[in-house]
Amino acid sequence: MRHTLAVLVENQPGVLSHVSGLFSRRGYNIESLVVSETEDHTVSRITLVVEGDEQVIEQVTKQLNKQVEVIKVNDITNEEIVERQLLLLKVSADPADRQEIMQIVDIFRCRIVDIGRRSLVVEATGDEKKIQAIIKSLRPFGIQELVCTGSVAMLRGQK
Amino acid sequence: MDGAEFLVKFLENKGVEHIFGYPGGSVIYLYDVMDRSPLKHILTRHEQGAVHAADGYARATGKMGVCIATSGPGATNLVTGLTNAYLDSVPLLAITGQVDCASIGSDSFQEADIIGITMPITKHNYLVKDIEDLPAVMEEAWHVAQTGRPGPVLIDIPKDLFKAEFDFTSLPKQIITRKTPRKNSLEEQLEKVINLLKEAKEPLILAGGGVISAKASAELKEFVNYTNIPVVTTLMGKGSISEEDAGIIGMVGMHGKPTANLALSSCDLLLAIGTRFSDRITGNPKEFLLGSTKIHVDIDPAELCKNIEADVPVVCDAKKFLRKVIDKLQEKKIKLDLGPWLTTISHWQEKYPLCYEAGPGLKPQQVIQEVSRKAGEEAIVVTDVGQHQMFTAQYYPIKSARKFLSSGGLGTMGFGLPAALGAALGNPEADVLLFTGDGSFQMNIQELATLALNNLPVKVFILNNECLGMVRQWQELFFEERYAQTLLNGNPDFVRLAEVYGIKGLRIVNPGELQTKVEEALQHRGPVIVECAVDPRENVFPIVPPGGKPNEMLGRWQGETHISRIS
Ligand SMILES: Cc1ncc(C[n+]2csc(CCOP(=O)(O)OP(=O)(O)O)c2C)c(N)n1
Repeated sequence: MRHTLAVLVENQPGVLSHVSGLFSRRGYNIESLVVSETEDHTVSRITLVVEGDEQVIEQVTKQLNKQVEVIKVNDITNEEIVERQLLLLKVSADPADRQEIMQIVDIFRCRIVDIGRRSLVVEATGDEKKIQAIIKSLRPFGIQELVCTGSVAMLRGQK
Repeated sequence: MDGAEFLVKFLENKGVEHIFGYPGGSVIYLYDVMDRSPLKHILTRHEQGAVHAADGYARATGKMGVCIATSGPGATNLVTGLTNAYLDSVPLLAITGQVDCASIGSDSFQEADIIGITMPITKHNYLVKDIEDLPAVMEEAWHVAQTGRPGPVLIDIPKDLFKAEFDFTSLPKQIITRKTPRKNSLEEQLEKVINLLKEAKEPLILAGGGVISAKASAELKEFVNYTNIPVVTTLMGKGSISEEDAGIIGMVGMHGKPTANLALSSCDLLLAIGTRFSDRITGNPKEFLLGSTKIHVDIDPAELCKNIEADVPVVCDAKKFLRKVIDKLQEKKIKLDLGPWLTTISHWQEKYPLCYEAGPGLKPQQVIQEVSRKAGEEAIVVTDVGQHQMFTAQYYPIKSARKFLSSGGLGTMGFGLPAALGAALGNPEADVLLFTGDGSFQMNIQELATLALNNLPVKVFILNNECLGMVRQWQELFFEERYAQTLLNGNPDFVRLAEVYGIKGLRIVNPGELQTKVEEALQHRGPVIVECAVDPRENVFPIVPPGGKPNEMLGRWQGETHISRIS
């Protein structure tokens, strides 16, 4: 199963190598990893998406906790979260196809951020499912280039 | 004050007395300052010697081991020793010089990315890039190496920082990182532990190195006295409780005592304390002790349910755990009735004693037994890696903690000699006995100079079988007796070699001269090398073939002349 871990770490050089080194050394699979500074500039937040069964995730969490610079590890997979990835996708767009592509972009509430003679660049944000759905819908037109960030995630506020 | 002066003062203030190391370009100035301080620096003959010596010092004393190396090759020579200390959870501080801040990353002379190299083999490491950070890094490194599950920490310091001036008094004493306090799960689990103990008919304690790290020997003894639960130990746990006490069965594992492995395989409740269930003990972890309930206590939560699924995992220090459990049992007046189980165990002990066939030639086991009979209780026993290591573990009973030092997790040949000299420096009163092989001994043989120069009372017994015995044994048992590259032709004459270094050398060839020569060696005040010409065909039994179950041992059982599986 896919797990999303929110890891708070000291904002110090070397932290990222300590964390990513841990994954390669112990043979865990990282699907994506995003690091950024938080509201407190001494703390960074790493959002990790990891594939593994309960036992693997438990080991990953414990090993992360052992790292000196790790302040807190939260498995937020089963929490109420907002999860987003950012996708940029260059799709072939012959004049005949443009209308249809724009409709798809509309339906998914993405944006066209660049128009070329034979292509469009589409920008989209969404969770893993939505991003995959967009890619699937645009694939028939011919994807020329694709880049996507890993997931960032945040717990929803209390209702 | 400059960086080097700060560092030296820091170590002095922490009570460090001995430092092991080797100088070079990036640490010249540090050495210059250190030589004018009260710190005693032991110049080994190789950085690997320095790190193993610091490791042996730490294992024998329970204090921090400190070593220094220069940048590049000096630092990379520490790698094996750091890994060794990491796998056996030994608190070490390794300080390495680095090229100046401005040159880092340019492949300058003697530059090696020791931080990248040692990341997976240290508990933590630091590259100091700003002199202002030095105090906090040192304070934190000191704390990290000794807290929780101990381990080696490396601090890489660019050479210009040693000379950088800074007003260190302006900084508050601090630690850089903050961690949410770790949950100790004893409170939640205590009742379950007590109930399982109360119900158990055939319980067994498996004591590991964590009992020694946590200084919990007295508590373990008290717990055993109160409950009568028999004890087996891992290699790292050897000495956590006196092996001569009643109810202490001895070492388990691939070359464990037959009864210890049988007890492990048949217990209904296993109380494992401060051990990580290494494959030398479990064999195939998927089939390990399927029928018994397991309580696993360790300070490192990541060890729980890593190799073996525990029924009751407890994150706790061994000392605290045992104290709480003893108090609870006493408070509730719980007594265990283990009569039939203890009878079964003594029956096994009679039927399957640890034994070897005495021969016309000298047997390695015989040498170890003779030394163990003659040496005092306070002797510190150090081993290298191979058959002689297992023979020592089997035939040298250890009575207290920190008296048996051996490379467990990494199995590092060449650990013995430097570790023994580190142990001797840490315990000037004690005799240090090293059992080594002709292979292992030659892996850090250069440290004979360090031994001689410091006149340390280390008695080195080289069990010379003229081969890489342990590997040869596997070739005999599992590779149809094809002895590829395991015969050590061209060994030096170790007695003459000793004399060249100014060390007393003795040779034992016949069993008849064993007693007098061992006495002579032990009575000599300085270092001695005793070359023992042992039977080259001797094998370590029992052996649990790799991946097997603990009770599936091969060995020579009472009265049998051939090797068979226990049944
Ligand atoms: C540094 C290192 N290299 C190789 C090995 C593999 N190895 C394990 S035991 C052994 C033989 C040890 O020979 P010796 O020190 O003579 O001891 P003996 O087994 O003969 O008692 C070898 C080569 C090792 N453990 N460590």
